[in-house]
Order: sequence, then C-alpha cells, then structure tokens
Amino acid sequence: MDLLLSQEQEDLRASVRKFFQDQVPMSRVRAVVDGADYDGDLWKRMTGELGLAGLAVPESYGGAGAGHVERSIVLEEMGRALLPSSFFSSAVLAADTLLALDDEDARAGLLPRIASGDLLATVAVAEKTARWDSTVDTKATESGDGWVLDGRKNLVIDGQTAAAIIVYADSGFFLVDGDASGLTRTPLVSLDPTRRIARLDFAATPAKKLASADPAAVLAKIADLAAVALAAEQVGGLARTMEMTVDYAKIRVQFGRLIGSYQAVKHGCVDSYVDWELTSSVLRYAAWVADNQPDELPTAAALVRASVSPAYFQVAARTIQLHGGIGYTWEHDAHLYYKRAKSAEQLFGTVLDQRETLADRLGI
Amino acid sequence: MTDFRTRAAEWLAANKPPAIEGRSREDIVPMAKDFQAKLYDAGFAGITWPAAYGGQGLGQAELLAYNSVAKDYDLPDGPFIIGMGMCGPTILDLGTEEQKQRYVKPMLRGEEIWCQLFSEPGAGSDVASLQTKAVRDGDGWILNGQKVWTTNAQFADFGCVLARTNPDVPKHGGITMFIIDMHDPGVSVRPLRVMTGNAPFNEVFFTDVHIPGDNVLGAVNDGWRAAVTMLGHERVSIGTSVGPKSDPLAFSSLLETARRDGRDKDPAVRQTLAELYVHQRELQLLTIRMRQEAMAGKAIGARGSVAKLVGAQVANHGADVAGTVEGPTAVAWDSSDAAAAELATSVVGVPGIGIAGGTNEVQKNIIGERVLGLPKEPQVDRDVPFRELKVGTQRGE
Repeated sequence: MDLLLSQEQEDLRASVRKFFQDQVPMSRVRAVVDGADYDGDLWKRMTGELGLAGLAVPESYGGAGAGHVERSIVLEEMGRALLPSSFFSSAVLAADTLLALDDEDARAGLLPRIASGDLLATVAVAEKTARWDSTVDTKATESGDGWVLDGRKNLVIDGQTAAAIIVYADSGFFLVDGDASGLTRTPLVSLDPTRRIARLDFAATPAKKLASADPAAVLAKIADLAAVALAAEQVGGLARTMEMTVDYAKIRVQFGRLIGSYQAVKHGCVDSYVDWELTSSVLRYAAWVADNQPDELPTAAALVRASVSPAYFQVAARTIQLHGGIGYTWEHDAHLYYKRAKSAEQLFGTVLDQRETLADRLGI
Repeated sequence: MTDFRTRAAEWLAANKPPAIEGRSREDIVPMAKDFQAKLYDAGFAGITWPAAYGGQGLGQAELLAYNSVAKDYDLPDGPFIIGMGMCGPTILDLGTEEQKQRYVKPMLRGEEIWCQLFSEPGAGSDVASLQTKAVRDGDGWILNGQKVWTTNAQFADFGCVLARTNPDVPKHGGITMFIIDMHDPGVSVRPLRVMTGNAPFNEVFFTDVHIPGDNVLGAVNDGWRAAVTMLGHERVSIGTSVGPKSDPLAFSSLLETARRDGRDKDPAVRQTLAELYVHQRELQLLTIRMRQEAMAGKAIGARGSVAKLVGAQVANHGADVAGTVEGPTAVAWDSSDAAAAELATSVVGVPGIGIAGGTNEVQKNIIGERVLGLPKEPQVDRDVPFRELKVGTQRGE
C-alpha cells in the first residue's frame, strides 16, 4: 500500500489549486449561489486547457488515462474551492458507469465527448431515499424496437442541465436524452446552493438500453467509486475550513490576546487539524485501493465515507463556532462549506446508512 | 532488506521468546535479560544505533522490517523500553565519549536496565516545575527529593534524573540531567498502585544520594534541553513501537465478543462496532502514512503528537464500546473467566493513556503551536526565578 503522493501528483495538485485560485474566486462561487448560470467559459478552460474531464478516462476514449488517486486530488481541490461544476455528475458518475457497463457502442459514442467536456451527462439512481439501492421502482418496458421508462428519480445531480442521463431502472441501465419526450425535469432547491439537484419524472419516456451482464454489480461498483470521489471533495472542503479557522485564530484579537492563544480555541483548531490528518489518510488509502486492489474497494469505499462525512460536518460547524458572530453571517464563506458538508453527508445515504453498509461489508 | 526481514523472521521463529502472559513484571526480568542477550548476539538489538557503541549501524528501513516481523510475537521487552526508547538515544546525542562507551552496549545486551525520572507529584505536565534538587559536593553532587510515575524503577540499575541545580534563575534554566545509580543506598523505590489494581509505576525517594561529577548528562543547568531531547525520543519510541499482539479493545476482539454473546446482529451494536472500526482504521492508516513519510525522508516532528493524541482518544472509544458490546460480563464475571478479566483491565487502563507521556491537552498545545503555528499561551512564570514561584504543591516557601 502506498499512501504517499509522487512528485507528479503533487505537481498536479499545485497546478489545479493555482488554476482554481486564479479562475474561481469566491465571488464567482457566490454569483452562482445568487442564481447566475454556471460559467461555460470556465468549464471550457477546465476541460480544454487542463483536460480535467478526461483525466481518469482511458486514452482509447480520448482521456488522459490517469487513476483514481489523480482524480481524487482534482476533486479535493474542487471541494476546497467549492467549485460549482459538472465534473462530479459527468466525469465521475457518468464516465464510471459507461466504463463499468458492457456496452462498447455507448462507450465509444459518449466517453470521448464526456472526456472533452462537450457532453454533460449524469446518472439517476436514487428514488425514495438517497441510497443507491439495487431495487428500484422505475420500470423499463419494451416498446416497438426500443424501450420506455416510467417512474421518478430523486437527487439527480445536474439532472436539470445534463444532455444525457443514464437511468438505473428495474431491468438495468438506460440512456435517456435530456430533451426526450415524457421527461419532466424539476430543479429542486438545494441545501448546498453550489450543487444543482433535480427530480426527474419519466412517463413513457423513450430510452436506449445499455448492455450489461450484471447491472446490480455495475451499480455497486459505481456507487463505491462515487463514494471515494465524493469523499475526496469532502476532504478538500474539510481542509479549507480547517485552514480558514487556523488563519483567523492567528489574526483575531480579543481580551488583549490573539484568540488562537486560548486553549479553548487552539484545541478546537487542533481537533479540526487531526480530523484532516485522519480523513486524508483514509482517502489516500481508498483512492489507492480503487486503482490497485478492487477486491478491497467495497470495504474501503464504505470506510472512507463513514470516516469523512461526519468529520467534514463537524469541522465545518466548528469553523462557524470558532469564528464567532462573523462566522454566522451571509457575507462570510463558512456557511457555504457548512451547507456543502451537510448536503454531501446525505448524498448516497445518511451517516447511519454508511455505517450500516460498512458493517455489512465487514461481515458483522 | 528482504534478506534482513527474512533473517529476523527465521531467527524469531527458531528462538521463540518466552511466554510472558500472566507473569508479573519482576518475574519477567531474568528471562527478559536472557532473551535480550540472544537478540543482541543475533544482531537485532540497537538496529539503528551506531556500531561504535555496540549498535548494528543499520537504517530505519531495517528497523521497520524487524518491527513488521516482531509484531507477531509478545516479546519480553518491557524492562528495556525506557532505556532503549529514551535514555540510550539521549546518551548517544548528549553523552560524553566515556558515557557512551560505558553504558550503551550493556543496555543493548539487556545487562543493565534503565528508568527515567522526570515527573514529580508537583510537576507532571509542567515538568520544569520539578523540585528535586542536587547541590554541589566537591566534584560530585548530593541529590534529595521525590519522583513519581517511574516505570521499571523497581528493577532498574540506572536512571536519567532531572534535578534543580539553580533555584535563582527561571525554572527552565536551573535544571540538570544526571545519570544516577539506582543501587545507591539513598534511593528507595515504592510501588505505586493505579486504578487497574496493578502497580506498573513507582514512587522514588532520594535521600542524600551521591552522584559523581562525571554523571552529568549534557551540561550543568542545561537539563531542559536534555529533557526536550529525551521527550522527542519518547515520541518517536511511541510512534514506532511494536505494541502488544492482541488488544482486547480492538475492533476484531470486540466483534468476537459480540458474536460469542449473540449480540452482533443488534442494529445498535452494529452501528457502534462500525464506528469503532472507522476510528481504529483511521489511526492505523495515519500511522502507516507517517511511517512511509519518515522512510521517504520527511521529518515527522511534532506531528508525532497527532498519533499519540488519537491513540488515546481511540483507546477511550474502545473502552466505551466494550461495555456496550460485552453486556453483563463487563460488570461481573466468574473468577475463572480470564478473557473477561483481561477486557476489564484494558477498560480500566485506558484513562492512563490520555495522561502518560503528556496529557491529551498538552499534545493539543504541541500540535497547535508547533504544527499549526498558533500563538503560545502567555506564560507568567517564564522569567521569574524558580524560588519565587508557587508551583505544584510548593505553596510559597
């Protein structure tokens, strides 16, 4: 097991961080929070200049063929920048699903466009709860020479904007066009205003079946990879909130002293730092496992989410507390991270769900 | 490297260490000395220590290779951990050539056992408040005072002791470290019973103990630097220690307990155990990552305190979970139930982990100030001569 990053990986981190620092100041994040459309030029630069959307896509499909360790580094930086981006829905969820399915036509047709950033895609699985369960109510029916879908999907990330939607229905995975007939896309108000979430209703919606020998196994695999990817975003956000708090404790004076000299504040900063050391160790492990030890992935994926989810929320909450009144205001950025942390904690299932999954995989 | 590892594995398999389970520390000493001498002769003692003083002169990689093999055994190394973890490395750093020649090799061969005498009843976390004093007596010194929490003092041959040698300067400036002969008639050792019911520590009393002038370790009145050096070695020693083979508070042990009692399908128990697994695995992965960083040449420094702090927190969590999982036998058990007794001892031993070697609060101060660069708490006693301070149980003389 190798938990250290190579020089190339450190360089990747540095260049991605610098790009986001320069191109995505918090004012730009806030513009999206205030209702501005997502910045298409930025996406073009992220995908064109930096090739980020294709980073972990194999070279044969137009990507850079990097691994999950590299992708987790990029996601950490996105979580750190609170980047409102289609990366997670398209380059993670949709790309992983296409790679896990047994449908070479769909792969060859869609992956190069996802990798170039030209096609925005997403995956719709969750229904009544946030969990990605293998038993779903959405029905697929053969109709003429194709299929139609009926049902409702919830918590579809970028479901309102994606041009291609991969839907998990009762008999496997299906591809639906964003403008298909009988598809109603309802944008939801999102607790995390930097992540767009929609509800999708299908009423005799035409769909194309995606070939797969074992759709439940595909679902399990992409859910595990999504868990590692989301955990990376969460660790990045955790790191940033921890640093904000430490920086503030070094400049804010009260009762004639820098507040960081008070043990109550200092120890809170240390608790957050320790959470960062621990969760980033688990993330390095989970990302390494995704690349090197597929057999360990189910346990590692459940572990990393059960580790990171509660920690990020605790650190984000502590960040507001240690900033005092200013931390609770709209003008301070702490609430944006707090909302991201709470929202991410729930995606794919609650903390209790995540521990339940882990218990299953540990054979308890 | 593979060769060294293979050689260590083969040697340990062929020279099975004596069983130490159920024996008192005193009972272990003769067999531990015997085993240590064999270990030395086979080339596995003082792996990273300089060859000039009896070490093997090898690197961190060989040490880790040996540790990775040794962790499968409960080695009888308890009597030597203070000497080899703390006193020895400090002598190598600060000792005179004569001190290195005299003490290091017998320590590695297990011939002489060492203890470390820092803490006092009035100076725990605030070590520099110590009141044990040494006054000049011709070429040597006369030592009077009391120490506490002294591991291995009951069978130690030598100790590294901190004493106040100048009370007229601020507290950190008037301390000296000495090597003391624990067989001096002025040294008396009394076992100190702790909340487990066992006596792993001692109180040590000094009455007119004579210390030769050659036994100053480092320089006179520069003992604080020596203490910091030694505490740095302590952190490394804790960080790289092999640890006991089986821990009753480990996730796997507690899952076993839950299964035995048929409680493993209880949803609350499943949640509790999964959460404990997460915390123990986090610590394990952090430790592995820090080791890999150290091997890659990156200094760990005060980040070592993170592992110490989390270790105490995770142990506490394990003790918390043990009651949930164990059920009635956590409260009362048959006198013949060795497993229940061992688990209970572990639960009752946990509070000490967050205190020994620097409390959790002290570790947090170290991390906050040295890793995060947060400002220090103002210290009101920094510039005040020691004799004017009210420290610990000294209520202003």
